[in-house]
Amino acid sequence: MSEEKILQVEDLKTYFRTDEGTVKAVDGVSFSLGRKESLGIVGESGSGKSVTNQSLLRLIPSPPGKIVGGSVKLEGVDILKLPKSKLRNIRGNKISMIFQDPMTSLNPFLKISTQMIETIMLHQHEDKKTAREHSIEMLRMVGLPKPERRIDNYPHQFSGGMRQRVMIAMALSCKPQVLIADEPTTALDVTIQAQILEIMQDLSDRLGTALIMITHDLGVVAGLCDRIAVMYAGRIVEEADTEVLFEEPQHPYTQGLISSVPRLDKKTGKKLSSIPGQPPNLIDLPDCCPFYPRCPHVMDICKNKYPNEVKTEVGSSTRRVSCWLYS
Amino acid sequence: MTKYIIRRLIGLIPTLFIVVTISFFLIRIAPGGPFDAERRPPEQVMQNIEAKFNLNAPLHMQYLRYMGDIVRGDLGPSFRYQDHDVNFYIANSLPNSLLLGFIALGLALLVGVNAGVLSALNQNSWIDYVAMAIAIIGITVPLFVIGPVLMYFFALRWDLLPTSGWITGRYGWITILMPAITLSMQPFATIARLSRASMLEMLRSDFIRTAQSKGLRDSVIIRRHVLKGSLLPVVSYVGPAFASIVTGSVVVEQIFRVPGLGRFFVQSALNRDYTLIMGTVIVYSVILVLMNFIVDIIYSFLDPRITYK
Repeated sequence: MSEEKILQVEDLKTYFRTDEGTVKAVDGVSFSLGRKESLGIVGESGSGKSVTNQSLLRLIPSPPGKIVGGSVKLEGVDILKLPKSKLRNIRGNKISMIFQDPMTSLNPFLKISTQMIETIMLHQHEDKKTAREHSIEMLRMVGLPKPERRIDNYPHQFSGGMRQRVMIAMALSCKPQVLIADEPTTALDVTIQAQILEIMQDLSDRLGTALIMITHDLGVVAGLCDRIAVMYAGRIVEEADTEVLFEEPQHPYTQGLISSVPRLDKKTGKKLSSIPGQPPNLIDLPDCCPFYPRCPHVMDICKNKYPNEVKTEVGSSTRRVSCWLYS
Repeated sequence: MTKYIIRRLIGLIPTLFIVVTISFFLIRIAPGGPFDAERRPPEQVMQNIEAKFNLNAPLHMQYLRYMGDIVRGDLGPSFRYQDHDVNFYIANSLPNSLLLGFIALGLALLVGVNAGVLSALNQNSWIDYVAMAIAIIGITVPLFVIGPVLMYFFALRWDLLPTSGWITGRYGWITILMPAITLSMQPFATIARLSRASMLEMLRSDFIRTAQSKGLRDSVIIRRHVLKGSLLPVVSYVGPAFASIVTGSVVVEQIFRVPGLGRFFVQSALNRDYTLIMGTVIVYSVILVLMNFIVDIIYSFLDPRITYK
């Protein structure tokens, strides 16, 4: 893993103003991504994983959403401070995204060729003919059969898995430095999921693209990512190398998550456990550990103050956790 | 596609046949006849009149004879206006209504779609509020108010246009402008509201977020990714609306003295002018079924998910 960081997110805060109050969907998230590294962001629904990553490209619908603080530095340049014209040059070119539902994230009114060529022409400044050949080449790389014919089809003529392949081809067509995949396999059949993940990993490796994988499925990130960050209630509560995290989870939430997933490599003979309770309401969250109502190790201090982050060195890398058990 | 078009066109014939048949008998069920008056003329005169218009034959014979005439393109003599037959009246008034309707609808589409798009792009800004306020006025204020108000300002106060009348040829536009604007108000308002709503829905869809994430300019996103889909509801409204607009509006024709087809709809019904009623009904229903057919074809061009076999 390279020490050189390509993307550095610091203290990112994205709030949504609603009639009931301010929803702190992302509240002080920091992480960094090395060249060619792959990072998994794991958390349950509403933990702020998608909002975090849409904030990176400023895709938050505003109003009601607003990025209220922090910085997102791509090779040292803060994306959050860029004028719109410069921002467009990053979107789809240096950082591109794949969304959850391939059924709705492609435009049903336009041919695949139109949607792919427009991106390539915009960022790679190729003429239409070259861009078309480039698109066909990308479609071939993601394993779409007969790409030179299928490129002129419309999205509804593809299956879900094929559409997601098209999305991957489109997202990687400009050789981005970072690919953000927001639950890319959640809407797909289990049988297709593995194929899609494999294609994504294989292509990112070949093109030298760093990968951010957002998912609620620990199984997906376990095999795919170098590092894993666990999000809860708008913050990263723990981050570590994948192996370290699975071997020795520190945060009680991570421990709960891991023990609630059936594992083939460890025979415990125990019943599958679950985390009791519900994730907290993110409106006007008090300054406490948001996990304490569900935590088996809860102490008095957890209810009064958010824990500081503790960093420890494990081997060549750092792990961090925000929990009073370690402070 | 060609096969589909031909099949649909053939399918229009039974539809029209049913419309004509139902109208023919409905009219005759309505109380009163074309020659009923306070004082009935002598019996011999009545018999002569009825014989002239074939009203003394049994109903089913009248029907068969009328259908035979229609197939040959003859709509028959008017029962009330003795000078000409129904073909003549329609041939002389329909082009005026068509011209007026085309201009009104074109105006409504041009202004309405633009107003709707601008409102959607600037949702909850003053542009949105102004455009939607005008649209509300267009829907709620009746034509017989809008017409005279326009007339008052443009003709009487500012003396820019003649109050009413109908000129053909080079200066025709000066008489067509005000009735066209009046007639366009309601379709304009509906089109503006429809296109605003569907545009807003489009802007919120996932594929627009994808387009943004690719780094496209907003103007490209609107033109290439949003506009086509947002026009679908507008197209399905404009089809049937076209039929009723181009066949003329009684109110607008009365106010601005336009020699159009609209007045015949009302007058012929009041007069129990059987053949003229049938003539107007046939014209209207032919245009309506044709427009519905054309809308279906346009749909398949706008939305690739719709294909006809």
